[in-house]
Amino acid sequence: MTKRMRIPEISRREALLLAAGATIVTAGGAILGPNAAKADQALVDAAVKKLIGDKKPADGKITIELPEIAENGNTVPLTVSVDSPMAADNYVKAVHLFADGNPAADVASFMFTSMSGMAKASTRIRLAKTQNIIAVAEMSDGKTFKASKECKVTIGGCGG
Amino acid sequence: MAKDAKPRVRVPANAKKGEVVEIKTLISHVMESGRRKGRDGKLIPRSIINNFECSFNGKKVFESVWHPAISANPYMAFHVRVDESGEFKFKWNDDDGSVYEASSKIAVS
Repeated sequence: MTKRMRIPEISRREALLLAAGATIVTAGGAILGPNAAKADQALVDAAVKKLIGDKKPADGKITIELPEIAENGNTVPLTVSVDSPMAADNYVKAVHLFADGNPAADVASFMFTSMSGMAKASTRIRLAKTQNIIAVAEMSDGKTFKASKECKVTIGGCGG
Repeated sequence: MAKDAKPRVRVPANAKKGEVVEIKTLISHVMESGRRKGRDGKLIPRSIINNFECSFNGKKVFESVWHPAISANPYMAFHVRVDESGEFKFKWNDDDGSVYEASSKIAVS
C-alpha cells in the first residue's frame, strides 16, 4: 500500500491567520521585556514582606524627595517624610526604603518614636541605575502606607 | 579605616520647651558595598556601618538600619522634640563590631 505524502496546504486565509499569530507572539515578547525587568519588583516585594509581613500598604501619606535626575548615582540626596501628628498614641513607627533597580532591594529603615516630633529624615543613597525608590511606612496603630518615586541616574553607583 | 571614622553632629545649642529640633549627623566611612572589585579583580569585602542610634537622656529617640545602598560618609538628618535640657548620644555600629560614639548637649528653656 502506498500512502500519499500529504503536504499541508496553506490557504491564503490560514497564511493570514499565521501571520497574525506571529505578530501577537512578537507583541507578547515586547510586553515580556519590561516584565522581565520587573524581577526586581519581586525582589522589592520579598524585602517588603520580610519587614512588614503580609500587610497590604495603602497609597499616600508619604512624601519622597529625590532629585528628578541624579548625575552621580553614588550619592543621591533623599528625604522622606510621613504625614502624622507624632503623638504618644499615634505616630510613625518606621519607614523602610527600597530600590527596585539596585543589586539588593533594601536601602535603609528609619525607626521613629513618639519623641521624634516629625516623621522626616534625610540621608544619601546609592543608585545603580534609573529606578524607583519605594517607601513603606508603619504606623503605631498597625496601618501601613507606601509611596514610590522614580529617579533618573546618569552615572550609576554601587561600584561595578 | 575603622579607626578613621570621624563622627560629626550638629545639634542646636538652645531650644524652647516642646520645640522640634533638627539634628544632622555625618560620619566618615567608606561604606564598602561588597560589590566593588579591587585592582586584583577580587571583590572587596563588605564593610559598612549597619546601624545608627540616637538617644536623649538615656531614652532612644531615633534608630536607623543601613544597607550597602547608603552612600560613603553616611549623612543622617532627623528630628526630635525636646521637653527638657539634656544630652544627645549618638552611636554608629560597624560591621566589624566597632562602635563610634558622639554626644552633644542642648539647653531647653
